[in-house]
Amino acid sequence: MEKMPAWADVVLVPLISLLLAAAISALVIMAIGEDPVAAVKMMVSGALGSTYGWGYTLYYATNFMFTGLAVSVAFHAKMFNIGGEGQAMIGGLGVALMALFIPWPHWSLALIFCSIGGAVFGALWALIPAILQAKRGSHIVITTIMFNFMAAALLNYLLVSILRPVGAMDPATASFPEPTHLPTLHDLMMPLGIQFSKSAPANISLLLALAAAVFVWVLIWRTRLGYALRAFGHSDTAAQYAGINPVKITVLTMLISGGLAGLMAVNTTLGEAERLILNATEGAGFIGIAVALMGRSHPFGVVLASILFGFLYQGGAELALWTSIPRELIVVIQALVILFTGALDNMVRMPIERLFIALRGSGDRDG
Amino acid sequence: MVDVLNDLLTVLDSTLRLATPLLLACLAGLFSERAGIFDIGLEGKMLAAAFFSAAAAALTGSVWIGLASGIAASLALSAVHGLASITFRGNQLISGVAINFLAAGMTVLIAQSLFQQGGRTPSLSGQARFNPVDLPFAEQIETVPLLGPIYAELFSGHTILVYAALAMVPLTWWLLYRTRFGLRLRAVGEAPEAVDTAGVSVIRLRFTAVAICGVLCGIAGAYLSTGLQAGFVKDMTAGRGYIALAALIFAKWRPWYALISCLLFGFLQALALRPDLIEKYLFFKVQIQLLDALPYILTVIILAGFVGKAIPPRAGGEPYVKER
Amino acid sequence: MNIKNDIPAIELVAVSKSFGNIQANKDISVRVMPGTIHGIIGENGAGKSTLMSILYGFYKADKGEVFIAGHQTQIPDSQAAIAAGIGMVFQHFKLVPNFSVLENIILGAEDGAMLRPSLAKARESLLSLARDYEMNVDPDAIVEELSVGHQQRVEILKALYRQANILILDEPTGVLTPSEADQLFRILKRLRDEGKTIILITHKLREIMDITDTVSVMRRGEMTATVKTADTNPEQLAELMVGRKVLLRIDKSAAQPGKELLHVKNLQVTDEAGVLRLKGVSFNIRAGEILGIAGVAGNGQSELLEVLGGYRTAQGQILVNGAPIDITGQNADGQSRRKHGIAHVPEDRQREGLIMDFAAWENIAFGYHTDEKYQSGIFMNNAAIKQDASEKMQRFDVRPPNHNLTAKSFSGGNQQKLVLAREIERDPDILLVGQPTRGVDIGAIEFIHQQIMTLRERGKAILLVSVELEEIMSLSDRIAVMFDGQIMGERLPNETNEKELGLLMAGITEEVA
Repeated sequence: MEKMPAWADVVLVPLISLLLAAAISALVIMAIGEDPVAAVKMMVSGALGSTYGWGYTLYYATNFMFTGLAVSVAFHAKMFNIGGEGQAMIGGLGVALMALFIPWPHWSLALIFCSIGGAVFGALWALIPAILQAKRGSHIVITTIMFNFMAAALLNYLLVSILRPVGAMDPATASFPEPTHLPTLHDLMMPLGIQFSKSAPANISLLLALAAAVFVWVLIWRTRLGYALRAFGHSDTAAQYAGINPVKITVLTMLISGGLAGLMAVNTTLGEAERLILNATEGAGFIGIAVALMGRSHPFGVVLASILFGFLYQGGAELALWTSIPRELIVVIQALVILFTGALDNMVRMPIERLFIALRGSGDRDG
Repeated sequence: MVDVLNDLLTVLDSTLRLATPLLLACLAGLFSERAGIFDIGLEGKMLAAAFFSAAAAALTGSVWIGLASGIAASLALSAVHGLASITFRGNQLISGVAINFLAAGMTVLIAQSLFQQGGRTPSLSGQARFNPVDLPFAEQIETVPLLGPIYAELFSGHTILVYAALAMVPLTWWLLYRTRFGLRLRAVGEAPEAVDTAGVSVIRLRFTAVAICGVLCGIAGAYLSTGLQAGFVKDMTAGRGYIALAALIFAKWRPWYALISCLLFGFLQALALRPDLIEKYLFFKVQIQLLDALPYILTVIILAGFVGKAIPPRAGGEPYVKER
Repeated sequence: MNIKNDIPAIELVAVSKSFGNIQANKDISVRVMPGTIHGIIGENGAGKSTLMSILYGFYKADKGEVFIAGHQTQIPDSQAAIAAGIGMVFQHFKLVPNFSVLENIILGAEDGAMLRPSLAKARESLLSLARDYEMNVDPDAIVEELSVGHQQRVEILKALYRQANILILDEPTGVLTPSEADQLFRILKRLRDEGKTIILITHKLREIMDITDTVSVMRRGEMTATVKTADTNPEQLAELMVGRKVLLRIDKSAAQPGKELLHVKNLQVTDEAGVLRLKGVSFNIRAGEILGIAGVAGNGQSELLEVLGGYRTAQGQILVNGAPIDITGQNADGQSRRKHGIAHVPEDRQREGLIMDFAAWENIAFGYHTDEKYQSGIFMNNAAIKQDASEKMQRFDVRPPNHNLTAKSFSGGNQQKLVLAREIERDPDILLVGQPTRGVDIGAIEFIHQQIMTLRERGKAILLVSVELEEIMSLSDRIAVMFDGQIMGERLPNETNEKELGLLMAGITEEVA
């Protein structure tokens, strides 16, 4: 007996969880002496009130789409990939190496091969935790967290001592050559006659992210690999019976997941910064978790949730600029979303189930 | 020769101080996991406790009020985790992750609001800090060769929380293996159905375990900001909560082994602070980033089971649902 | 303790319990006199478990009363049940595996906050209880190292330690060899003679006839009859259970075996802990023949099925149609058994045979998701799979015939039919089937047995693994008994009996006996 209709499961429950998170965030804002309504107004105008705002909102959303898809793919196989942050960092390394050491004549080639570089490097950073989980049972949550720390240390070393141009002060690589610069939304929209903000960083990677979302949807629900992945996620014992190799599935899933996270670097490193810097990821890997949970691990939901979080991120930046509310508010909101949609899911779900059962019960009496 | 002894004592001294938060967090995790509740939120609880104890100490000038506040903050987060894991039977890993983020965000948010110092508390001193305690006869024994300095430098002169942490080990052992409560706690992590059908409340036992975890994490966090260092700084736990988990697995969820594994990790962290000593005794220069990453690398190696297989409590991580 | 013979030890009056629209217990009234063994028999879903849960405080009845020794008693939780003198021995034991027997017994009934004095006192009580009822146990043995029969004794002692007067046992013999079951019954009779009241919940008609004094039949939430066991017989009870006449034995045509289809030579399986689980098993099955593997669970049957099912590595040889196949190597490829025409209905449909959260149509492709006819290009052809599911579900009378429902929405019998439909419809040469009717209602049992016999008539080779000796004896052409990873002996069903098979199941062969 299905306890509640599909639409309630997919839309209503996350919506209510989101409202709860929003309500508590409002309380927090009030507690530090600011006005939540004014804060929301400022966020809306700052994030959605101009093409400049939209440009930033979509730029951040692109990041979250990649990391959210990464977490979603792993979730379908019941794996919790918290390593998106580290995988994206190392993906940045792959992007940078491709961009710096091969002279691309045109950005389209740079885009293709830097994407491959980012994805491959990101996937490789997920490989060892995947193998350890599959073959030694080492819990992937802890190993990926450790690999996040290790990625930060590794990148720190590389950017300070190896890849930094001689004489430069910043721990960063040299700037990527001109032909690799990706067209921004401004450049893309101009032929259409739309005046998009020139200084906003949203770029063609957004289209890449949307393509990735379609790819993930097809993969999970229309291919044999996706079928095997989902079956394994539901029951690894049954998957064995069905001839699905648990090691293979674990590793493949994590490689795809890591690859998606690594692609985020195309947006940040190639698309915006145009060089590799420290902390290019800025927590996007973790926001991917909130996005995946809110979007119920479905690519469409992930895209929507990414835009929402993009809005929160840009809105939060505005707040930090004009009020005394620090950027960490976004971390709190992200935490509340994860808490309500992920861990306290039943707190929202159970009363709604009971409501539907009661409604149905009053409908049919013969039993 | 004296030189070597001095260097050794310095490092071991650091080891004890650095191992203390790890040990407290590890024992916290031990209680929780032995009762069947996985807790990767040790990091967040420690961080919250570190902030609130430093903030309270800064505002009131009393480190004891700070300690109490830190414990309260950690208990609040424990309550959330307990609610999510036990009452609402949610995913314990996601709950832990959410708590870590919540702590990371809230601490800076509130710190900024209270102190406007970029997310930190003001520096603590005097009565607002835990100060070193001299063990009896430390001065007198100091001159005795070998034993003297060991007693005076290594064992004496730590803050009281260090001694408290060490005392927690036999206390934990006694509680787990010599009391009725400990029997039931161990049972509920292995076979909650056995406890339930015997008429004992699984929910109450687990919440108690989660509360004990909260208290110990609270002490760990308070120690970080008011004992080991002098104030709260953003993200000051730096992964200690996860390292404590690795130490717990390494210790096969047993109290005395936990002491050993936390001392080991503390030692690594102490070494990372003295790259000059490594150069002096091992004759090569180690990149500082590698030293910083060592505890995390060791954690992965331990988890990979290259140092023995560890079997967690059987019912760990799974919400208990009565089979009817 | 007053043993007045006219006051029932336990009496239920009009006990009812509903869950939403479903009435699990309807107006249950029954009296059990002290010093008797009372059986409660019924199919799956008849309401036995709900009734038990009410008696043990897991559920609260909507209506009705419970009287213990004449006094009305409320049972809001397990503690109240224990205080009322009710002890429960569950089908799945509620023991802490890595604790000792003593620790398990005192858990929840410790005498004081300090452990060592409690343990010392309990040790003495335990040893004297064990003596009184002739149940030998080693208080310091670790429970997970004990045999299943011994573990059950620990469960009974737990109840007796808490001074239970009423002992309720739920399907106690499912995991026991016939001789262990006999020992259990001896203990139960001893307890009864000492004045204890025993309630035995089972689906095995034989047991009811063998050991109970009175029996109640449950059907669809109601207690349809309560009779003296001496006044009834299995056929009558079965009819009361189902509401119509039931075919208890299947009509079987004589065996006409053809050529050898499956030959297994010297299979050995070692598990992760290095323990030998299969110690050189060899047998063959011919076309049109059913080989039944009898034995108590845990003697290697599961491993045997996993090896032949292609998802466990093993040493030894497997020949299909005379030719050796490799499905047991280091990289046991779960797909290969399917290529060789071997179908497998696993022992645990919920953990292995189905993905409970997948829809029925997705489950029809389970294990066959790489099949050509389910693909179109590089994508899966969901429309084709749904069509196939519809047809198969109809042919196998899976109800309700809606392929979009998730597997967990179907009853046990229908889930099993779904798995059978998937495996049998592939027209395999060899069918492996484990515990085909576990948790399945009688109507579906008939259907499933019929399907297996039909396959046999079509000339397929069938390996039937079951812990239900009756099922084995009624369906098999040849019977092999497994004990401790080996085949102890082979018999023909009409040349043997339960007693002989029981000895083999307990590891006692002619040489040893």
